[in-house]
Amino acid sequence: MFKAFSGGVHPREQKEGTKDRAISDVRIPLRVVIPMIQHTGAPCRPVVKIGDTVKKGQIVGRVAQFITSPVHASISGTVREIKEAPHPTAGKSVSVVIDSDGKDEWDTSLRGRKDAAGLTKEEITDIIKESGIVGLGGAAFPAHVKLKPPKKIDTVILNGAECEPYLTCDDRLMIERPAGVIKGLLLIMKALDVNKAVIAIESNKPNAVESIRGALKNPDIRLEVLPTKYPQGSEKQLIEAVLKKRVPPKGLPLDIGCVVHNTGTAVAIYEAVCEGRPLIERIVTLAGDCIKEPSNLKVRIGTSIKDLLDECGGAVKEISKLIVGGPMMGIAQPTMDTPVIKGTTGVLFLSEDEARFFDETTCIKCGRCVDACPMNLLPSVYAKLVKKEKWEKLDDYNIDDCIECGACSYLCPGRIPLVQYVKTGKRELFYMRKGAQ
Amino acid sequence: MDEKLTITQGPHVFDRLSTQNMMYGVCLALIPAAAASVIFFSWKAVALMLACMSSCLLTEAFFQRLRGKKICIDDGSALLTGLLLAMVVPPDLPVWMAILAGVFAIGIGKEIFGGLGHNIFNPALLGRAFLSAAFPAHMTVYSAPIDAFTSATPLGLMKFEAVQTDLWSLFLGNVAGSVGETSALVLLIGGAYILIRKYADWRIPVSFIGSVYILGEALHLLSPGKYPSGLFHLLAGGMMIGALFMATDPVTSPVTKSGKWVFGIGCGILVIVIRLWGGQPEGVMYSILLMNAVTPVINIATKPKRYGT
Ligand code: SF4
Ligand code: SF4
Repeated sequence: MFKAFSGGVHPREQKEGTKDRAISDVRIPLRVVIPMIQHTGAPCRPVVKIGDTVKKGQIVGRVAQFITSPVHASISGTVREIKEAPHPTAGKSVSVVIDSDGKDEWDTSLRGRKDAAGLTKEEITDIIKESGIVGLGGAAFPAHVKLKPPKKIDTVILNGAECEPYLTCDDRLMIERPAGVIKGLLLIMKALDVNKAVIAIESNKPNAVESIRGALKNPDIRLEVLPTKYPQGSEKQLIEAVLKKRVPPKGLPLDIGCVVHNTGTAVAIYEAVCEGRPLIERIVTLAGDCIKEPSNLKVRIGTSIKDLLDECGGAVKEISKLIVGGPMMGIAQPTMDTPVIKGTTGVLFLSEDEARFFDETTCIKCGRCVDACPMNLLPSVYAKLVKKEKWEKLDDYNIDDCIECGACSYLCPGRIPLVQYVKTGKRELFYMRKGAQ
Repeated sequence: MDEKLTITQGPHVFDRLSTQNMMYGVCLALIPAAAASVIFFSWKAVALMLACMSSCLLTEAFFQRLRGKKICIDDGSALLTGLLLAMVVPPDLPVWMAILAGVFAIGIGKEIFGGLGHNIFNPALLGRAFLSAAFPAHMTVYSAPIDAFTSATPLGLMKFEAVQTDLWSLFLGNVAGSVGETSALVLLIGGAYILIRKYADWRIPVSFIGSVYILGEALHLLSPGKYPSGLFHLLAGGMMIGALFMATDPVTSPVTKSGKWVFGIGCGILVIVIRLWGGQPEGVMYSILLMNAVTPVINIATKPKRYGT
C-alpha cells in the first residue's frame, strides 16, 4: 500500500559513510562538561559543589518540576567548575565540569531489576524520570511526561525513520540491538497501558528492517516500512504516514490517541529499567567530508566535539561548518568545545563544498516551497510578510503550525532562507501577542 | 581553527536547482524548437531570435542600471523571455519590430513592476500582445515553412475556411505559424525535459492540455462537422508552446497546488472558447494573459486547508 505524508523533499541521503560502521566505544574522556539544559522544559540546577567527588550515574543537576529531566555525571571524578559553557542548541548554559579520576566507577546505589515484569506502570515511569531519559531523536522532550498522558492512548509509534541525511545512529542501534529496542518498547507500552504498537522504519534501512523483523515475536507490535522522504521523522508526519490521521492544529499526538517515541529512547528506557543505568551516554553519528573516519560512537554525555574529532582520526580538510544534528535542522556551532548532550544525534564536519552557502535572491513565485511543505503552509508568503513587518497577518497564514523542518528552504531556487523568516515571524508575533495582553 | 567556522541557520544543504539553472534549463529545452524553426524558416528565424534576445537583455540591463540595482541579466530570465518572444512571432516580422517587442516585453512587462518575480503578465506574451495591437497587419501574415509562400495558419483555415489540416503535418510542424510554435513534436521533447528536470510544475501543463483536449473532443463529438477534434486543438497554433513554456512561467502562475490546477483548466477553457467562438483564430496568448491577471485572486482563493482540519 502507498504510505506517505503530504509534501516533503528528498535530500541526498549521504548515509553511505557511516551506515555500515558498527557502534564503537570511545576512550573515557578526561573531562566532561554537563549542561543543565539537556531537555525541553525547566533547566536543572546543579546539586553538587565544586570539589565534590561524583560517581558515574550520580545526579548532578535537577529541579522540582514536572516537565524537566535530571542530569547525571557521565564519568566518575571531581567537580572542577560550575560555569557557563558553550551549548549546542542554547548557545550557553550553566554546566557542571567534571574531571575524571580514571576509575569510571558507577554510583553503587544504582541497581538493575531483572524482574521488570513485576513493576507497576508508575514504578516504570518513575525510574524513567529519575534516569533522566529524554527523547533521543533530537527534540529531547522528557520521556516520562509522554508516559503520563492526560488522555487515553491506544497506539505507540516507535520512530525509526531517521530521515535527516548523514545520520545513522538509530539505524545502527536497530541493527545491533533489536532486542533492546523491542524490550524498551514493551516497557513503554506497559507504562502507557497500551497493547498496540508500530515500529516505523524508512525503506533506506533494509538491514534495520531485517534485524527488527527477526527479533519481533510479539503480534501486538507491527513493523511498518515507509518510503524514504524528509521529514518523515517529524512526529506529525510520521503519524500521518503510519496511521493516516493528522494531528489537529495546536494539538498533540495524544489528541488522536497516539504517542511517538524514538528507537534510541526505547533502548535507553530498557537500560534504565532493567539494568539500572541512567542516561549517561548515547550513540552519535560523526560524519561529513572533513573527518578521516566517519563513525558511530557510543559517547558519554558532556564529551567535547574536539575529543570526538580526535577519536575519528582528526580532520582531513578544512572544516567550514560544524553542525550538531543533521544538515536539515541541525545547528551550526561556533566552537569545538561544544559538548555532546542527550539530544545530540550527530556531529557533521563539512567542508565549504559540502555545506554551500548561497546569497538570497528574489522569489520567483514558483511554489516549490508550497509543494515541499508538509504542513500545508505558504512559506513564500511568510517571507514577504516578515520583510514588510506585517506580523499580525502571519497569524492568518497559521505560521504557528510550522515545524521548522526546512524543507521549503531546501527546495527554494531563489535560496530564500524561508525557515529563518518563519522563526523571526513567530518570535515577533509572540512578542506582539504578549504586548497586547 | 575555531574562528573559521561559518555560522548560518539551517538547512545546511540545498537542492541543486537555482533560479538561474531553471531559466537556462528552460532555454536549453527550447533548443529543439529553435533548431526546427531554423530548418523551417532559415535565416529569418535566426535573425528574429537574435533580435529578441539581445533587445530583452539590453533593456533589462538598462532598467536595472536606471533603478540603481545590481545588473543581474545573467540570471537567464531576460534571455528566456527573448527566446520565447521570438518563438511566438510570425517568421516574416521585420526585425526592428521584434526589437521593439523585446523592449516592451522587458520594460513594460517586467521592469515597471519591479523586475523578476514582481510582474503580473508573462513578459514574452505581453510583447506579442503589443505587436498584435501595434502592427496588426504584420501579425496576421504567416508564411509556410520552406517554400515561404504566404499561407493561412491551420487555425485560420479551420476558422475561416473550414479546412482541416492533417494532424501529422501539425505534429511535425511543416505548417504556417509563428517561428517556434508549429512543431508539437519538438516542443513536447523540450516540455518533457523541463518536467523531468522539475524546471516547471507538471500540474499546469497537464491540466491545461487535458482540459483543452477533453473540452475540444467533447464538442467535436457533439458536432463533428462544426468543431475540430481535441487532438487538432492540441497540435494547432500556440497550444504546445503556450501550455509547456508560457503558462508554466513560475512568476505569473499561482503558487498553490490547487491554484495551479485552476489556472491550467482556466487557460484550457478560454482557449476553446476563443478559438471556437471568439473573433480570432487563436486564443492561447489571450487565455494565458487573462489567467495571469487573475492569478493573485486564485492564490488567495486556493489557500491550502489548514493541516489537521
Ligand atoms: S520556493 Fe522560493 S522562489 Fe519559489 S515560491 Fe517559494 S520562496 Fe518563492
Ligand atoms: S519549515 Fe515550516 S514552512 Fe517550511 S516546509 Fe517546514 S513546516 Fe513548512
